[in-house]
Amino acid sequence: MIIEGKKRLWQEYQKEIADDRYFYVRSCVRQNFFPASEKVFLRILKEELGKDVYENAAHTTCSGIGYHSDVVPFETAMTVIARQFSLMTESGYEHFVTSCITSFGLYSEVLETWKHFPDVLQKVRGYLKEATGRTFELPKNVAHASDVIFRFRNEIASRGTHRLVNHLTGKPLRVVEHIGCHYSKMFPSKGVGGAEYPYVLVGMIEDWGGEVIDYPERRHCCGFGFRQYIVRANRGYSIANSKKKFESMKPYQPDFILTNCPGCPMFFDRWQYALSEMEGVTYGQNGEGIPVLTYEELSGLILGYDPWDLGLQVHQVPVEPLLDKLGIPYDPETKFAGKDGQDLGRPDAPTHMKFF
Amino acid sequence: MKEFGYTVHKERLIDYDRNDKRVLNHLKKHEPSVLTCIACGSCTATCSAGQLVDFNIRLVQTLLRRGEIEPLKKEVRKCMLCGKCILICPRGVNMRNLILAIQTAIDKLQ
Repeated sequence: MIIEGKKRLWQEYQKEIADDRYFYVRSCVRQNFFPASEKVFLRILKEELGKDVYENAAHTTCSGIGYHSDVVPFETAMTVIARQFSLMTESGYEHFVTSCITSFGLYSEVLETWKHFPDVLQKVRGYLKEATGRTFELPKNVAHASDVIFRFRNEIASRGTHRLVNHLTGKPLRVVEHIGCHYSKMFPSKGVGGAEYPYVLVGMIEDWGGEVIDYPERRHCCGFGFRQYIVRANRGYSIANSKKKFESMKPYQPDFILTNCPGCPMFFDRWQYALSEMEGVTYGQNGEGIPVLTYEELSGLILGYDPWDLGLQVHQVPVEPLLDKLGIPYDPETKFAGKDGQDLGRPDAPTHMKFF
Repeated sequence: MKEFGYTVHKERLIDYDRNDKRVLNHLKKHEPSVLTCIACGSCTATCSAGQLVDFNIRLVQTLLRRGEIEPLKKEVRKCMLCGKCILICPRGVNMRNLILAIQTAIDKLQ
């Protein structure tokens, strides 16, 4: 098939993304991995764009992490998700936004199941009623948080103080984009651009002035794959996946990697460190790693937020080379300072990867 | 090197564009009938040595094309050179000479 034709075909995969009044559900793990990402998303939506975003304190895990690790049965997962929808209904919202890609995949899977098997929906309504006395309405719109940022990418650009351009050379930054597998590989019609040409991150990069790199292993898994990582004996398989991707992208000299999943930035970031310690290899230039950002962190940088307020100091691969290219000022002295200025201590420097 | 309790798994991908074709190229010259094999497995089914040990002569063809020299070297040593496979082969592959030619090629490489 002619590639251009194939791209056109996948362009038809566009989804409806609600405009306002979002019921936002957080991820189980992202606040540990990239602590400011979700906070920045809320800040952008509420303060920059003036949107109504609501979080319910009674929200729990969607159980996706257990479901994909084969410890939570589908019926249980459906009932837990029914409870999240009942919280949304109780709060008076209809537009469901998830922070986590796996949650987004599981919500899509459950809604598709209920669409094709209405008797299963009735059964789950019964389970929820019996267990909690709750009832629920189905959401009118389900979007991933990156869909929402994608929708408002031009508004963010117009308010932004920086663009994805090397301020020293004036050339666009070269970016590797990586979409979480559960975003559109399970249900292509649920993602912007479908499974083969997902546009959600590409749209942000292009409209913010960057250049997307198309490399051979672009659609390969990052290496998270729950069972590959959670079982320690399988972690060699996980890191081998990431290594395959790094080796494939390295010749294109990316300036950074942009992701929209909880697991992908974690593994791209941490495995670069682990590989440098195990094999003495680094994948960036001059002994540096390739910085890895979440789409919220990147939005924050575009909007001119302080990098240390975005939590970029907790990344294992130092982000300073990228900040220098973007021309974003930062204070090395306050990198490891806590919120009230207290010293949080410095981590040990890696053996091979350049540390700042 | 830091110990993490696990290591990077070795790549198991067979890349037919980059594999080691030296032994196969030697055979193309010295036993060209190797190219006519249709991998039917008749040779393996009738193999005398295969009745006694885990020798699989069809596997030899697979390893040859994949360029996996080390396992190929081990596999060909199991052959008793009885020649029953030549009698049964529907494509007329001269298996006995094939085995000998593989051994010669590997010896040359090393």
